Amino acid sequence: MVVNVRFMLRKHWRVIFYPLGLLPAVWLLCEGQQGALGADPVNVFERSLGLWAFRFLLCCLALAPLRRFTGINLLRYRRLTGLLAFFYALMHLAAYIGLDLGFDWSTLWRDVTHRSFIILGMGALLMLVPLAVTSNMRAMRMLRGRWKLLHRLIYPAALLAGIHFFLSFKTLNSISAPYLVALGLVLLARISRRSKTI
Amino acid sequence: MALFRYPRPLPSEITPKQIYLSRRTLIGATAALAASATAAEAAPLQTHRGPYSAVLEPTPHEDVTHYNNFYEFGMDKADPSSQSQEFQPLPWTLEITGLVKKPLRLDVEQLLKSSEIEERIYRMRCVEAWSMVIPWDGIPLANLLRNADPDPRATHVAFESVVRPLEMPGQNGGFSGIQWPYVEGLRLDEAMNPLTLIALGIYGETLPNQNGAPLRLVVPWKYGFKGIKSIQRIRLLDHEPPTTWNRLAPDEYGFYANVNPQVDHPRWSQASERVIGARSLFGARRQPTLMFNGYGEQVADLYRGMDLRAHF
Repeated sequence: MVVNVRFMLRKHWRVIFYPLGLLPAVWLLCEGQQGALGADPVNVFERSLGLWAFRFLLCCLALAPLRRFTGINLLRYRRLTGLLAFFYALMHLAAYIGLDLGFDWSTLWRDVTHRSFIILGMGALLMLVPLAVTSNMRAMRMLRGRWKLLHRLIYPAALLAGIHFFLSFKTLNSISAPYLVALGLVLLARISRRSKTI
Repeated sequence: MALFRYPRPLPSEITPKQIYLSRRTLIGATAALAASATAAEAAPLQTHRGPYSAVLEPTPHEDVTHYNNFYEFGMDKADPSSQSQEFQPLPWTLEITGLVKKPLRLDVEQLLKSSEIEERIYRMRCVEAWSMVIPWDGIPLANLLRNADPDPRATHVAFESVVRPLEMPGQNGGFSGIQWPYVEGLRLDEAMNPLTLIALGIYGETLPNQNGAPLRLVVPWKYGFKGIKSIQRIRLLDHEPPTTWNRLAPDEYGFYANVNPQVDHPRWSQASERVIGARSLFGARRQPTLMFNGYGEQVADLYRGMDLRAHF
């Protein structure tokens, strides 16, 4: 039985993990619909989506150091976590434009052109776009050696996302600090290594 | 021979003195706890309708009392309502000192019975770009300051809140970088403006702890962080006092902090605001922010000739 479950997981993990990964978004949407997100539901919704994007991004980046330091090999979930990070970042952007700004394009334009906080977040998302687009086997085969080079973009993207996340709070605080420490550790793990893989 | 023998307990059964004494303190503590529970509960206030009230539907009581920025109790908006049970707002003394001819020490329990308490329904605009409409009950600050008879040299007013780490969990540890107590300030003419209120209640009842019990400042044309909570001391000065958020991030939070849709916060636009109280994600409203939060008629003169981009 146990063997069976493991076998099933190995074979069909996509069917299980993608919906599982999107569950928080569905949950937030239901809560928001029912008025369970508190007094400022748009803000909570928008921030939560952004936080989930950042969480999946950190997970994605943590898998390589995890194998290096513990031998646990979960590298095959890098695409899953990376794509989930991208999906959440997209939903975060959609919530900001649609629900928060109410499709007020002039304010959006001012935000995008004037505010470093917004520019950093947008920059991080833009960097994730080519990574998501080339996250399939065909693109890997087409790009060959350049694929790895391209996918190193995830490090600057994570750094920008981290600063954006830090700036979304009025001060440094106990909520954001653990995530920033985690980001520091995965980036440090990358810098401390000289291998040619990503 | 004795007709009746009353039961004598064995010495081992008698409760040692130390233990029964500690029971008494326990009972005393329980009684005190019960008393404090009643003190923390909102009590009705004698109040009457005052001038300047906005003709607007107030934000639901639930949101006004459960969506708060009061970092002394924690950084999350829900922390002040969930982490403030230990706080004892009464008894309380408000000091008015500094450049005044008659320094005052006001017993706030007496102040709560004052017939001067009036209702003011004000718009409240947070620097984080959300807004509420709150029915405050309070006394114009000008009335209190006049009683202290300000010295002609006084130009500014400094406000100081409390430091009680045992009752205010957010004051434990220096994570935020905020120096306690929270301090705020106004120019004297701003403080004397009839809109400026010392609130002692909301919705006709005494202030809940999370809203700044037992008394707080309300300056409706300025961003919410100017409304310092749980004020202990008011001092009149001949210079501009330091203020908490300005000290923390001077490029983001100015001394004046007047609501101004044309001067953006470095990280977000101040042109519009999310209206609190919609509850549902898709029923939420955003509305344009008004200059001086809609109180320009009463306060614009205070800033005539000033560059409000430089003095934000």
